[in-house]
Amino acid sequence: MPLKTRRFGSGLKAALLGSLMTTVMLSQDAGAQGNLRIGMTANDVPLTWGQPDNGFEGYRTPGLMLYDALINFDLTAADKPSGLIPGLAESWEVNKAEPTKWTFKLRKGVKFHDGSEFNADAVVFNMDRLFADKSPQYSARMVSLTNFRLPAYKSVTKIDDYTVEFETKAPDAFWPFQICYVLLASPKQWEATGKDWTKFAETPSGTGPWKLTALKARELAEFVPNKDYWEKARVPKLDKITIIPMPDPSARTAALLSGQVDWIEAPSPDAMKKIKSSGFEIVSNIYPHIWSWHLNRVEGSPWNDIRVRKAANLAIDRKGIVELLGGYGVEATGHVVKGDPWYGAPSFELKTDVEAAKKLLAEAGFSAAKPAKIKMLISASGSGQMLPLQMNEYIQQNLKAVGIEVDYEVVEWQALLDLWRAGGKSPQVKGAHGVNISYTTQDPYSSFHRFLRTDLSAPAGVNFGFYSDPEMDKLLAVAQTAFDAKEREAALAKVHTKMVDDALFVWVVHDVAPRAMTKKVKGFVQSRNWFQSLTPVYLEN
Amino acid sequence: MLSYVLRRLLYTVPIALGVTVFVFALIHLSGDPINAVVAPDATAETVEKLRKDYGFDKPLPVQYLLWLGKAVQGDFGRSIVNSRPVLATLLQAVPNTLMLATFAMLIGFALGSLLGGLAGYYQGGIVDKLATGFGIAGVSVPHYWLGMVLVIIFAVELQLLPATGMGPGGSSSWVWDWVHIKHLILPAITLSVIPCGIITRTVRATVAEILSQEFVQALRAKGLLHSQVMRHVIRNAAPTVLAVMGLQLGYLLGGSILVETVFNWPGTGYLLNDAIFRRDIPMLQGTILLLAMFFVVLNLIVDILQTWIDPRMRRS
Repeated sequence: MPLKTRRFGSGLKAALLGSLMTTVMLSQDAGAQGNLRIGMTANDVPLTWGQPDNGFEGYRTPGLMLYDALINFDLTAADKPSGLIPGLAESWEVNKAEPTKWTFKLRKGVKFHDGSEFNADAVVFNMDRLFADKSPQYSARMVSLTNFRLPAYKSVTKIDDYTVEFETKAPDAFWPFQICYVLLASPKQWEATGKDWTKFAETPSGTGPWKLTALKARELAEFVPNKDYWEKARVPKLDKITIIPMPDPSARTAALLSGQVDWIEAPSPDAMKKIKSSGFEIVSNIYPHIWSWHLNRVEGSPWNDIRVRKAANLAIDRKGIVELLGGYGVEATGHVVKGDPWYGAPSFELKTDVEAAKKLLAEAGFSAAKPAKIKMLISASGSGQMLPLQMNEYIQQNLKAVGIEVDYEVVEWQALLDLWRAGGKSPQVKGAHGVNISYTTQDPYSSFHRFLRTDLSAPAGVNFGFYSDPEMDKLLAVAQTAFDAKEREAALAKVHTKMVDDALFVWVVHDVAPRAMTKKVKGFVQSRNWFQSLTPVYLEN
Repeated sequence: MLSYVLRRLLYTVPIALGVTVFVFALIHLSGDPINAVVAPDATAETVEKLRKDYGFDKPLPVQYLLWLGKAVQGDFGRSIVNSRPVLATLLQAVPNTLMLATFAMLIGFALGSLLGGLAGYYQGGIVDKLATGFGIAGVSVPHYWLGMVLVIIFAVELQLLPATGMGPGGSSSWVWDWVHIKHLILPAITLSVIPCGIITRTVRATVAEILSQEFVQALRAKGLLHSQVMRHVIRNAAPTVLAVMGLQLGYLLGGSILVETVFNWPGTGYLLNDAIFRRDIPMLQGTILLLAMFFVVLNLIVDILQTWIDPRMRRS
């Protein structure tokens, strides 16, 4: 900075200084009205070029602040799972005669932050960025971050300026859920930044409710409202938002307690008491997350006996684990939460019943004297893993009490994901009987299909355990081709019912995404989603 | 002298090569780097496509040589995580680490020399015991833990100093005013504890040894003032202390990963931490190469300085 200043003449310098002081004064004023500073868990500001890294946290901040998808999640309600609502597409429908084709009618009059028009060309441009490797805007990094979320995509065609047609590889009713993950960036701004996505990331242009004003790698990013946002009800109330990467949970907590930030994501459970007693608020809500054991079902696995699977599910003291989490968790009764439209009516009840567990194990030929021996792969930390070591130790004791002896192999988070991908038959997993990875249940494919479909067994997909049941495959196929929302929900409910009744996983808790903030933060509605909207938030003086 | 410096500079070439080969091998031993780029449930087709896009499909020696070919021309490549140029990212981080390390070193040097000098002079006394105890504690205390404790006391409880970061506007808006210097204090103190401990012990041992030498007795016998004697002692102790300081500064530059992470200090340590967890090969290679070079250059500077201070070394 000083180097640059020295080049200017003194008059210019004075003028600059004057304008700088005005800016500082103005921004201080604005700050007093509402500059929200958020300490996030990522190591770096997630990528701002359209397709964020850092998983769903990157989508939350800054992904969906800067951009919209064609279809968005409804993030306005805290009391029901968030459904899909029109984003940059006003409507969409599948072609009844040819169910691989979808027509999307685009919203008119929407402008990118650079002032250019959003239209069908922009949609084609953005899809080519991910799928047309000969196109100049193709980005391998964006492909790596996004394409796995769109397994159905085949092609996109512009019909007219405000209509596009998507084609899927096979009839797939989940397509609207998949397109939610493509955030639309401005083709004009990409041209203006020398057709270089890295430069684009510094001055990004989307259609979202926030505009980026400063980006300092690994330090912070600043956003101001997009006053011309197409959905007037979602024009941000705050003057500014600053997001600050703070990967260390204790550093995050200290930053909140010392007044350096107003809001932190995922405070560590052991700090909750201190945070609350210091006069801060903890906001939480159930969201589509499940902390479970994904079981390996290869030949010889003790989990192939349904009695062992049920016994394990009955042996776990979920209430104790929620207590361990400082109360910030919900006892699981299945893969999704009770009350979810996909929940169904399972007859197997997930509760703590040690005697029933012992009885089932005895029937399977196991007892305290001759315990079932299980080896699980777990990590010491990782995204969404909550307190993996403490929770697994707790479960180890619970299971020991009924006659299941668990041995853990603790590996680094990234290595655990590698093993998960390699699959249960791989020599890399060294005969482990399962992995402990927490999962999203935000969309049907991620919730069920990728784990349960026979054809998605590793390495084709993440059916880690090589689970295969023709009856389940049928149910999954029905759900994936049910284009009517009600029919789809009913079909998914059948999948979930069977999943629980067959005790296909060992389910433990759902996270409630606690976030701590000062009492000045108002207007935040924590939706039952991984994504959250910051547009209604304001700071009370 | 010049030929000595040139020779030493030439030695850095095999060292640099060795470091890069070692880092490259280590990363590839720890797992397939493509897994750090793609999502775990990416289709096999996407994985293969990206392996090609990123050049990970080529044999390892070819990958290494390709990287090396560019690196010697000053192109360290781009991060596989965020596509930013490695060199530019490093150049942003290095001044921040240098600032932190220099301050930590100054604190460590000043306090360590003082305590070590006192301990060496009053050997066996209470001052010695206190100083030695402090030195041992400095070396033994895990500094990330100390960092957290300092944060709890000075940021959370007393609210005197900020807990994290490099100022309200980040490192690029750094100015030398109290608002920003406040951010430097806790991390610098935390980082200074180890060099302070080591320098205390080194100075103590060196001073004690020199004081027992005959020339000191001779100086005293000549009737020199106490301060004049001490000047000779310091001059004789300086080369050793300098050598230790050089090494310590090297450690501080590379070893501040934990402190930088605890304090969100945007330097090379923080960068390295991120690169390790994300298996960002180009970033890791660039950062480690740079840190290794720091070590080499620091050693060279220390050697030259030692020769300059101590004429006996010049003769040898």
